Amino acid sequence: MKVQSPLEVYNYLPGTNCKECGEETCMAFASKLIDRSKSLDLCKEILDDSYKEEYEKLKEMLSPEIKEIIIGIGDKAVHVGGEDVLYRHQLTFYNQPPFAYDVTDVMDEKEITERVNFVSNYKKFYVGSFLRLDMIAIRSVSDDPKKFAECVKKVKDLTELPLILMSFNPDVLEAGLEVVKDKRPLVYAANEDNWQKVAELIDKYKVPVVLFSPDLDKLASLAKTFVEMGMNELILDPGTYPSGKQLMSTFERFIKLRRSAIKDGNKDVAFPIIGIPAIASLVSKGKDELEQAISESILTILETIKYGDLLVFHNIAPYVILPAIHLRFNIYTDPRSPVRVEPGLFEMGTPDENSPLFLTTNFALTYFTVKSDLESNNINSYLLVVDSDGICVEASVAGGQLNPGKIKEAIEATKAKEKIKHNTLVLPGLAARLSGSTEDETGMKVLVGPTDSGRIAKWMEDHWQTKA
Amino acid sequence: MDKMTQLLKLLENTDTIELNEFRMDFEELELNIMPAIQQVVQTAQRQAQQAEIVREAILAEEFKPPIYNYPGEVAEVQLGAGTRKPVFLGGQKALYRFEEPQPNPPVVTFDVFDIPMPGLPRPIREHFEDVMEHPGDWAKKAVKDFGANMVTIHLIGTGPKVMDKTPQQAAAAIEEVLQAVDVPIVIGGSGNPEKDPEVLEKAAEVAEGERCLIASANKDMDWERIGNAAKKYGHNILSWTQLDMNNQRELNRKLLKVVEMPRDRIVMDPTTAALGYGLDYAYTNMERIRLAALGGDDELNFPMSSGTTNAWGAREAWMKESPMPEDSEWGTRDFRGPLWEIYTGLPLALAGVNLFMMMHPLSVRVLKETTQALLGMIEGEKVDISNWIKEV
Ligand code: B12
Ligand code: SF4
Repeated sequence: MKVQSPLEVYNYLPGTNCKECGEETCMAFASKLIDRSKSLDLCKEILDDSYKEEYEKLKEMLSPEIKEIIIGIGDKAVHVGGEDVLYRHQLTFYNQPPFAYDVTDVMDEKEITERVNFVSNYKKFYVGSFLRLDMIAIRSVSDDPKKFAECVKKVKDLTELPLILMSFNPDVLEAGLEVVKDKRPLVYAANEDNWQKVAELIDKYKVPVVLFSPDLDKLASLAKTFVEMGMNELILDPGTYPSGKQLMSTFERFIKLRRSAIKDGNKDVAFPIIGIPAIASLVSKGKDELEQAISESILTILETIKYGDLLVFHNIAPYVILPAIHLRFNIYTDPRSPVRVEPGLFEMGTPDENSPLFLTTNFALTYFTVKSDLESNNINSYLLVVDSDGICVEASVAGGQLNPGKIKEAIEATKAKEKIKHNTLVLPGLAARLSGSTEDETGMKVLVGPTDSGRIAKWMEDHWQTKA
Repeated sequence: MDKMTQLLKLLENTDTIELNEFRMDFEELELNIMPAIQQVVQTAQRQAQQAEIVREAILAEEFKPPIYNYPGEVAEVQLGAGTRKPVFLGGQKALYRFEEPQPNPPVVTFDVFDIPMPGLPRPIREHFEDVMEHPGDWAKKAVKDFGANMVTIHLIGTGPKVMDKTPQQAAAAIEEVLQAVDVPIVIGGSGNPEKDPEVLEKAAEVAEGERCLIASANKDMDWERIGNAAKKYGHNILSWTQLDMNNQRELNRKLLKVVEMPRDRIVMDPTTAALGYGLDYAYTNMERIRLAALGGDDELNFPMSSGTTNAWGAREAWMKESPMPEDSEWGTRDFRGPLWEIYTGLPLALAGVNLFMMMHPLSVRVLKETTQALLGMIEGEKVDISNWIKEV
């Protein structure tokens, strides 16, 4: 985004302060546009004809530095690119790179089905929702248009996930496109040799396309050529190499492209970048399982952190996927606000008046960890979530966001005392030092639980069961 | 149907449209351009242009690599002297190798403890089971078998709630390690704010002249006493703060101004949180610190250290399986642990960390190899990817 100050944006807004956008003033709306927490179309006035020029101007001013491209249709469609900064602390990164997993047109039906179903159904709980995988990449190994089309058909019938059609052979690509032309797949790829033919396909089917060249001069030229032809839904592949000096150059090409686009304003390369960790298997194929996992993981880490906007994988071992989806989530978390949940009193299972009352903070990671520990151990209880400004237990005790005054307020606001007979509150072990002052402040009996909520079940045996 | 919708319908079904004709229509009708129509217009224009251009050669366009100058640089710190083979940290004058050669690759120091540490995760224990009784043997194994550049001796046993060992007993463990290996060493306390100053002071004394890294001075203990001991006996000091750049700056300033520690003897630990448990905070804090250093902030321009071992605290690294029945399989724990350590360390290497405190032999190897590869120090196997789609 080229603009930095809300004032620049404000100048083009209607200035009537009509509040339709949900903000008190046009100025407030302008600052929400700058930090990308609201979108322009929420202002009804500006959609009016008389503001056409301003609208166009604003659209251009507010468009992200890196083009945003949508692949797929419906609610499984993915947004690729759309980034504005080089470092997450400068604003935030926006669109998590979709993770695509490959199948090939020489795999047998059973393998394809297993892989596609595994990817479509994969989930891992983390801070309140499930982390999932996003796409299927179909590689043509046979180079046979008919075989490829059959494979695409199979995959299409198995999943709603968006697809990448992969071949350097335009005839193969076209055969695949015919099968899923109404699904907005991504075409991979145009290179130095086939670009004219691929361009014809892209023009015919109106789908986004990857341009491939490890030579940045050629890559930028290809991009410029496509834009000149009126095709601007482009994704760049500067080549992923698995090891040694080639790995070094891979990493550097990703950085150079993104820096050039964002800092030097080079429009020719202001497109999303695709990384292919799957290529690791070119060197690790024959090696043992763990070595294979590691070589693909190294590429995953480098390309997730430095500017990959879409990644294609080959390895679907669960222990390979697990850290990758967490890294992606962490790097794309908005650093401006901790991930938090609403404070309040929550029932875990089916508690009654003899059930324990536990206290925790409203940092999402803390809340969901404690909740899942209580639920998976079938501990019927009340969980009082105190507003600690979204900070975890230990840091909020150290920083003062969790204190006896806040605890008292939370107990009163939720009428927690009325739910229980024993007038006892259980604090997290890491908040032990608040126990005395909390007793004084609330008039409740305070017990100190274990330091890890995973050990509450064991703690109950020693400290609660006997009591109740 | 109103006029607009009729027109839309018409356009929808037309694949090609004569651009000139359409322009006329458009001006005559003075339509409110609805986005849908706009799109069709663009498509039409595009098609009109395309036919000519596609046959032409690719436009030549030279890509200028974005290379910048930085006003600041990271101090270079020597670890190890006397009977140690020295290792160097820091010295960076730019963010990336392609801007300016990076002088010293990241270094890994292996965790060794003064007690047998029953609580270590199994995947780590199994490599060291035979040497855990003797820190000297433990250190030797780390260097000989697993290629450690350095060794950290953690004086956990001095913790009042652990074994409450005396500073003299701690000193014996240090001497044992110094005898066993000739790599530089890091000396770590138990983390107890009352006892650490006393323990680390004694440790600094017995290791005089070996230029160790004393870990650590932090704000909530007697940093001045620890800093003074490090300075007096010729060691480096680790300045440790918790995920806060301003606190880091403040503690560094105190070490520079109050202790008068020389600039080339300070290393910072801005705190490492594990993948999934705050890595985002650790990563960004370190990245900002490194950018500040290169930007000329001379209270933050020291090499950084990471307690990467913290990765093993994450549930996903050590739990046998997911506690959530809805989760997909997590896969074997034997592989999850080392991968979690790699996934915590390598991102921080990209954020600028120079020294890694690590525990699993495999993670150590991968971290070293990868960071050295990124600096062009490893030739590696060359592959041709021009046909990768068929070959993976
Ligand atoms: C990430 C982090 C931060 C992030 C916090 C992000 C956030 N939104 O919370 C940031 C960068 C903001 C931060 C700041 C600070 N931090 Co900090 N931070 C951490 C770190 C690395 C991880 C914390 C975490 O996420 N844990 C995971 C969550 C799930 O843990 P949890 O909330 O404690 O929940 C567990 C238990 O408490 C228990 N539990 C929870 N609820 C309940 C309920 C019951 C009934 C029971 C029985 C158990 C239970 O089970 C949960 C699962 O195990 C830790 C070090 C570490 N590795 O632990 C330091 C740490 C917590 N921070 C620390 C400090 C000192 C600070 C600061 C004061 C430092 C500063 N910069 O000035 C500030 C304070 C900021 C503030 N309060 O305003 C210290 C605390 C030391 C102490 N004991 O006093 C730690 C331990 C680091 C250290 N070793 O020095 N920090
Ligand atoms: S809807 Fe538009 S005109 Fe109305 S207050 Fe918001 S920005 Fe201003």
